[in-house]
Amino acid sequence: MAAGSRAPGPRFALPVLGLLLVGFAAPLLAVIGYSFMPERTFGLWQEPTLDNYASVFSGTSYISFLWSLALASATVTVLALVCYPIAYGLARVFGRWSPLITLLFTIPLFVSENVRLYGWVLFFIKGGVLLGTLKSVFGIEIESWLFTRGIILLGMVYVYLPFMLFPMTLGVAMVPHETSEAAADLGASRWQVFREVELPLSMPGIVIGFLLTFVLAVGAIVEAKVLGGQQIIPITHDIEIAFTYAQNWPLGAALAVLLMVVVGVLVIGVLRRFDLDAVLGRR
Amino acid sequence: MSQTHILRLDSVVKRFGGLTAVNGVSLAIAEGEFFTIVGPSGSGKTTLLRMLAGMDTPSSGDILLRGERINDMPANQRPTCMVFQSLALFPHRTVGQNIEFALKIRGVDAATRKARALELMAQLRLPADYYGKSVTKCSGGERQRVALARSLAYDPAILFFDEPLSAIDYKLRKTLEKELKDIHRETGKTFVYITHSLEEAMVMSDRIGVMCAGEMVQVGTPDEIYTAPRTRFVSEFMGDVNVVPVRLGPDGRLHSDDPPSVFKAPTLPEGFARGHLVVRPESMRFVERAEQADNHVAGRLYNEYALGSRIQYQVRVGERVFIVERLRQQAFAGRLDDAVLIGWDAANSLVVGD
Repeated sequence: MAAGSRAPGPRFALPVLGLLLVGFAAPLLAVIGYSFMPERTFGLWQEPTLDNYASVFSGTSYISFLWSLALASATVTVLALVCYPIAYGLARVFGRWSPLITLLFTIPLFVSENVRLYGWVLFFIKGGVLLGTLKSVFGIEIESWLFTRGIILLGMVYVYLPFMLFPMTLGVAMVPHETSEAAADLGASRWQVFREVELPLSMPGIVIGFLLTFVLAVGAIVEAKVLGGQQIIPITHDIEIAFTYAQNWPLGAALAVLLMVVVGVLVIGVLRRFDLDAVLGRR
Repeated sequence: MSQTHILRLDSVVKRFGGLTAVNGVSLAIAEGEFFTIVGPSGSGKTTLLRMLAGMDTPSSGDILLRGERINDMPANQRPTCMVFQSLALFPHRTVGQNIEFALKIRGVDAATRKARALELMAQLRLPADYYGKSVTKCSGGERQRVALARSLAYDPAILFFDEPLSAIDYKLRKTLEKELKDIHRETGKTFVYITHSLEEAMVMSDRIGVMCAGEMVQVGTPDEIYTAPRTRFVSEFMGDVNVVPVRLGPDGRLHSDDPPSVFKAPTLPEGFARGHLVVRPESMRFVERAEQADNHVAGRLYNEYALGSRIQYQVRVGERVFIVERLRQQAFAGRLDDAVLIGWDAANSLVVGD
């Protein structure tokens, strides 16, 4: 029997492998390649250099980096605090209302993110829905919150909420009700049941929600642009500028690679720390 | 109220919307008793237990623990503990951490906790090196023991069991039933156990309460339940029995329409007029002549089943099936479809109401 005919599996995987190479690996490798090219060049076959990485730290880009990481961390923190009670409600309390509430949280996803953010602009802008109403009905005039850092955070929390909420709901729903009851039966207070049983057992959902929203939030750009004016320049904005106006692909590529490394290290670190199977007691 | 009663139920009712799950159960359980509530699924036994453990509150009626009304006392404040059907172990914790949970909640220091856990593990025949083992790696029987140890560590006044053995295979279940009774003896605690298997209840219990459709239909020792069931439901719940609807005739004998016959009556309860005549399969025998037994019916041998130590025969009498059981050594020599005569003595039968 011929060697190939014994194992047809690998050969059937070839088309997918090809697609992954061309569609996923090639662009990634190109970006990594460009990040080592001299400044403002468009070829990939020059003498490799580390200049781009050096200029990230000598310039102002590292500030954007820190802003993006800080904003993403703040977003994840706020989301965790906001979403856990809702997730708990959806999984345990709301009962037959849960599907309806879930739907309400899902519907905004059908509308383009930009459109939704401009909706917020109309709501908060001077003379807009909120301030205009306050002025004409109550005669109160206050500064608009638009183009502040707070409003950027609000926008990010709003946009990424479903990505935290749904994994978290699954996580909470995975905690068997009897396990909570057993803990209470053994004398645990409501808070002890939460800390000793419900929180650790819903950890897989929480961790996945954290990772998903953090990765999305680090790559966010529209919230800062539409709601934030020039208050915060996220790293994604720097990358865009480098590739477009500045025509400095190698710098943009270096920024992109750095971002991938930071996020990658973080994700791998978290997944190492929280062995999801071990948390679930499967291993 | 007697001081020896640790738990007393007074007309306890639980309604869920229009459904009455528990309908006026009154009961007194003695200190140190092994009391088993037995009933088919949907009889309200689990709902009753959840109210006793504090996970549900009664719609009406009272639950008294050592004379104190505890209707609204939450589970975490009751000196009682439950072993769940699912066991509800903490999968993210080790065997030791599971057993120590109640002690940790009470703020007991780590060294004392560990000593107590190892003590309980020894008592329940769990190897000491299981202390650091993940509960998810334990076998079914080991998990049972961990769940029991975890509850015992709480040092409860009453231990509740919600069918913890129902998912265990037959042989292991038999072993664990006996172990549980041994643990009951050693600890001297009050056990309230729930099961749908009367056989299981018989093995372990001091007293049994039989539930049907939300009501406690009979309470008694295993022997009383077995020999003197009060209703048709209780007698049939015991396993295969022959039940014939009868009415008391003016001649003092029991008249039956199906099969059309007249039977010599056992000692009848006061005021009995109509009900069911119950004859256990082992009290039935094949006879050659009618005079050989107080009562007899003629039928056709329909089928036979080997039950291990015994053989069960089905005899069709008209549309009705009678069951006869003999020891293997006394097997009946008849062939299938033979015309047979089966009989029983009045003293080995009893009558029950509906």
